[in-house]
Amino acid sequence: MYKIQARHVSLYYNDFHALKGITMDFLPNTVTALIGPSGCGKSTFLRVFNRMNDLISGVKISGNVMIDGEDIYESKKDIDELRKKVGMVFQKPNPFPKSIFENVAYGLRVNGENDKKFIEERVERSLVQSALWEEVKDKLKKSAFELSGGQQQRLCIARALAIEPSILLMDEPASALDPISTAKIEELIYELKKNYTIIIVTHNMQQAGRVSDKTAFFYIGELIEYGDTKEIFTNPKNPRTQNYITGRFG
Amino acid sequence: MKMKLEKHTNKKKQLKQAIAFNLFRLMSFGVVAVLAIILLFIIVRGASAINWTFLTAMPEEGMTKGGIFPAIIGTFYLIGGSMLFACPIGVLSAIYIHEYTKAGFIKRFIKLMTNNLAGIPSIVFGLFGMTLFVNTLGFGDSILAGSLTLGLLSLPVVIRTTEEALKSVDDSFRIGSYALGATKLQTIRKVILPIAFPNIITGLILSIGRVSGETAPILFTVAAYFLPKLPTSIFDQTMALPYHLYVISTSGTNVEASRPMAYGTALVLIAIVLIVNLLANGLRRYFGNKVKMN
Ligand SMILES: Nc1ncnc2c1ncn2[C@@H]1O[C@H](COP(=O)(O)OP(=O)(O)OP(=O)(O)O)[C@@H](O)[C@H]1O
Ligand SMILES: [Mg+2]
Repeated sequence: MYKIQARHVSLYYNDFHALKGITMDFLPNTVTALIGPSGCGKSTFLRVFNRMNDLISGVKISGNVMIDGEDIYESKKDIDELRKKVGMVFQKPNPFPKSIFENVAYGLRVNGENDKKFIEERVERSLVQSALWEEVKDKLKKSAFELSGGQQQRLCIARALAIEPSILLMDEPASALDPISTAKIEELIYELKKNYTIIIVTHNMQQAGRVSDKTAFFYIGELIEYGDTKEIFTNPKNPRTQNYITGRFG
Repeated sequence: MKMKLEKHTNKKKQLKQAIAFNLFRLMSFGVVAVLAIILLFIIVRGASAINWTFLTAMPEEGMTKGGIFPAIIGTFYLIGGSMLFACPIGVLSAIYIHEYTKAGFIKRFIKLMTNNLAGIPSIVFGLFGMTLFVNTLGFGDSILAGSLTLGLLSLPVVIRTTEEALKSVDDSFRIGSYALGATKLQTIRKVILPIAFPNIITGLILSIGRVSGETAPILFTVAAYFLPKLPTSIFDQTMALPYHLYVISTSGTNVEASRPMAYGTALVLIAIVLIVNLLANGLRRYFGNKVKMN
């Protein structure tokens, strides 16, 4: 049973054809890496799954996306509910100008959770999961802006985890981080795989190789090749894929 | 040879820089100087009139003696009344314009209208207020009519400054909030408004500064020429500082004898505006710090 099924997804930014009929299935509890040269549509494709593209004016989308067997683009779909199920971590850490605690609690609060005890437990658990707890447990009331970039990114991951989504979209989550923070986040992704379906965009081939089970190579809005990460990296079928991962272009 | 040329152009460049810098400096110093002179002038002339009686007594003897107490109180009533009206309406419309309307005809139309509204001379607001509030709605010459008129006058400022405040909130906060399943309303209430709040407050207080000094809009809607008692309801007339200043400088019983009173009144008016502005800065700092912490 597939967690996500995308069928012939096409997307336009006004006249610009950014995604060209992409069909792709995602198994639950797998990590899928989206790779490809800058501007090929990886972020755009990622935003298809939580309908964040809806916020951009001039976007037209066609095709079909099913999550847990439900069409997420049907007209009656509750988008807020969808976004609770499909968490997202952005390339640039974007904590709110609130305390560390309130950042993680935010998703719970907007979902109508008022139980103080429950919120406290969930905040702690999410921070433990995102490997940040030890560093912040004594200063939960401090502003999130006092954290380093890497810590902020892990805070944003905790924030996404707090509402227990079943899918996690990560858009180059480690691109602004040092090697140690990056390693932490990669470890974290490995841990999270047990409970989540993860799609991660990355420009780092080693990273894709380390964390992902499946890899998809995009090129100018098209899905060129999709398969087991090992297979893609050792034995790519398409010469474009081979050129890209060996660093010959892009 | 080449070295020499470089040196030459370098010198020329430095000279140009120096001229520009000094010109800018001169201009800004000039502005400050003019402001300082005006202030000094009013202070020197007005200070002698100011004492406890002046601030707390009723005007006497054809407004050449006594105090300006009812005018001070009246001005505070009008500030309060107009803000009560303009703040919620202005802030809510700004939120609508900035957060809800998509770029397009409606947005441009509303913006055009509010900008035009800001350009209308205040005397026209006075006329309009008289027609609508005093006559048609039958409020008479009253604090209510005057507050509504002043409120209308300050609406464009409130809307525009609130819009600016909302615009300065980075989109990544909105996107982060939506991505967690927050609705638009929740995002506005819990993320955007707290961030924009310090700047919104500043805008509101700036418009208070504007309202407190206006004469034309209250001329036909509320201001009393001479009324040596305090208003007791929103349907009463009241004296107000700017109008009082106008009256005793132009048409009082004895303009010459009222001169010190006039400068004293001007000083009080300026002091109110200054205090309000200082308050704005203080509040902005206070809330600016708080936003990061809560
Ligand atoms: N809001 C937008 N409006 C118009 N065009 C856009 C918008 N966002 C992206 N595009 C275009 O769509 C194409 C795909 O963009 P996208 O951001 O998905 O690329 P990407 O693969 O994530 O690139 P990168 O690796 O640089 O992040 C690009 O050509 C880009 O110019
Ligand atoms: Mg991208």
